[in-house]
Amino acid sequence: MPTPLLSVRDLVVEFPTRRGTLRALDHVSFDIAEGEVLGMVGESGAGKSLTGAAIIGLLEAPGRIAGGEVWLKGERIDNLSPEKMRRVRGRRIGMVFQDPLTSLNPLYTVAEQLIETIRTHLDLSEKDARKRAVGLLDRVGIPAAARRIDDYPHHFSGGMRQRVVIALALAAEPELVIADEPTTALDVSVQAQIIDVLKEACIERGASVMLITHDMGVIAETADRVAVLYAGRMAEIGPVRDVIQAAEHPYTSGLMGAIPTLTQTADRLTQIPGSMPRLNAIPQGCAFNPRCKHVFDRCRRDRPELIARGGGRHVACWLFDGAMEKADV
Amino acid sequence: MSDTLLSVHGLTRHFDVSKPWLNRVIERDDRQFLTASDDVSFDIRKGETFALVGESGSGKSTIAKMIVGLLEPSAGEIRFDGKVMDFASGAAMRALRRRFQMIFQDPFASLNPRWRVGDIIAEPIRTFGLMRGAEIGREVGRLLDVVGLSAADAAKFPHEFSGGQRQRIAIARALSSRPEFIVCDEPTSALDVSVQAQILNLMRDLQDEFGLTYLLISHDLSVVRHMSNRIGVLYLGRLVEVADAKRLFTDPQHPYTRMLLDAVPDLALSGRRRTPVTGEVPNPINPPPGCAFHPRCPHVMPECRQIQPQSIPTATGTAACHLLGQGAPRAQQG
Repeated sequence: MPTPLLSVRDLVVEFPTRRGTLRALDHVSFDIAEGEVLGMVGESGAGKSLTGAAIIGLLEAPGRIAGGEVWLKGERIDNLSPEKMRRVRGRRIGMVFQDPLTSLNPLYTVAEQLIETIRTHLDLSEKDARKRAVGLLDRVGIPAAARRIDDYPHHFSGGMRQRVVIALALAAEPELVIADEPTTALDVSVQAQIIDVLKEACIERGASVMLITHDMGVIAETADRVAVLYAGRMAEIGPVRDVIQAAEHPYTSGLMGAIPTLTQTADRLTQIPGSMPRLNAIPQGCAFNPRCKHVFDRCRRDRPELIARGGGRHVACWLFDGAMEKADV
Repeated sequence: MSDTLLSVHGLTRHFDVSKPWLNRVIERDDRQFLTASDDVSFDIRKGETFALVGESGSGKSTIAKMIVGLLEPSAGEIRFDGKVMDFASGAAMRALRRRFQMIFQDPFASLNPRWRVGDIIAEPIRTFGLMRGAEIGREVGRLLDVVGLSAADAAKFPHEFSGGQRQRIAIARALSSRPEFIVCDEPTSALDVSVQAQILNLMRDLQDEFGLTYLLISHDLSVVRHMSNRIGVLYLGRLVEVADAKRLFTDPQHPYTRMLLDAVPDLALSGRRRTPVTGEVPNPINPPPGCAFHPRCPHVMPECRQIQPQSIPTATGTAACHLLGQGAPRAQQG
């Protein structure tokens, strides 16, 4: 197997507080292959955004990486000095945030922001950088890019602004783009356009994408593989089609049943009782056990590791531990 | 129709978004108006769920606020159970208000953080003088039980609850004056999917139990599909299509409805071909002339740019599009 572009091993993120240390990410491991789109889903507080922030070295204090490793193309990046990390960020890993209004500086024109980013990372003259910036805007579907590049962010609509942000993320030809809820602030009709632009622009440049979202529909249409997070732990990871159509982890299958769809005719939605535990009250054993309808003794006692299920699928659930079935049943 | 509970006719609301007087004089600007709702008409039958969908700026919430009497319409009338709502008469509005309630989007903002849950739920009962003394406490306990919380929760404060539980409290409050009609403005859009499913199921159960009528406002077509009997689609303050829920999804008449349906990500991975969506919702202060959707419409015709289409009856509702009027004699000015 070739070296994955990004490899995250046993990542642990902790927040020390006065009342003890909260573990927000607990031994999360996954890989992203070159040119792959990995979707990362979960409900609020599951640790999706935190995973992205930890990879790119933008954890906000007092949050810190308390364990694990992050490798980018065989090079470890979680222990780089801030100076070296800054060269990775933007150059090798691009970032698209949720709210395009806050991720652009309102006091500078789009041209100034794009040219600054390009010249920070690439050795280009002002003129070449501008030419490149116009090309980027054109690529993300901004009409009359050569004229509009001198506008300020407030001249653009929400969807257009998010296109500018994508252009910024791609400015230095990064190998990986981390997109954190890139369409959540947008209307449905615009959301579809932005997802297309993001996907095509990245495929064209051979960049991998880590797409963080709470919207399973967006994942279904965009990602190659999907990782499901629950209470800071990986519940399930596998090819999109498998996970969406035949989820194995009880949390994932509950989640899929809870989403109303346009085609379904069922009268009631599947309901998972309760809600995700707070970080200071994660139960012993499997974090999902109090809400799980298949729960048994072992779930309350031991925490399940990711169990390989073939076809690139992994599930963290004792139901799928073959050895156990023979022993206990 | 005798079973109509709420009837809205020609509902229009303008907002004055002009610059201050002095600026207008100096810059020689005219007054500017935003038309949040433009000649909207629909009926809601007893016991059904009618949904209004649309993107931001389509006027969904403005219409909801006018219906519950929080905002006065600029023109048009609202009839509730046969009686015209009279915004000028406080006593008449008060009598009507007991019969409808509202559930808001953000349960973190709609509950007073300084009040105990019991007082929040009891307020409509006290305001309308429906019960007195210990009876109120028992009723609050019963309502908490109905929405899936426990009677002991009445002594707690809102911050002790999660988002989904708070939305349950908001629902209990809405039920406390025994209303017939509840306006739900994006009741689940602040919630996670697994919690959203709990709230949607609860809303359905309550509808069956108390024979409630809902007006559901949402931007999420899948939620609307799941919950409603009939659907109205709004675009820039105008109602472009009304149809039975099933019909709207299988056979959309208006090009905008079709575009909205195409834009919803496909969870079934059916590989359905999507028509690429183009453009964005224009600024509602200066909507395009004629049909407001014409700059984005794939079937645009010359008359779309000049004449605003009228609502034309369809199989199960109405739609406002010139395409549908083809063949029929053109009524208005040409």
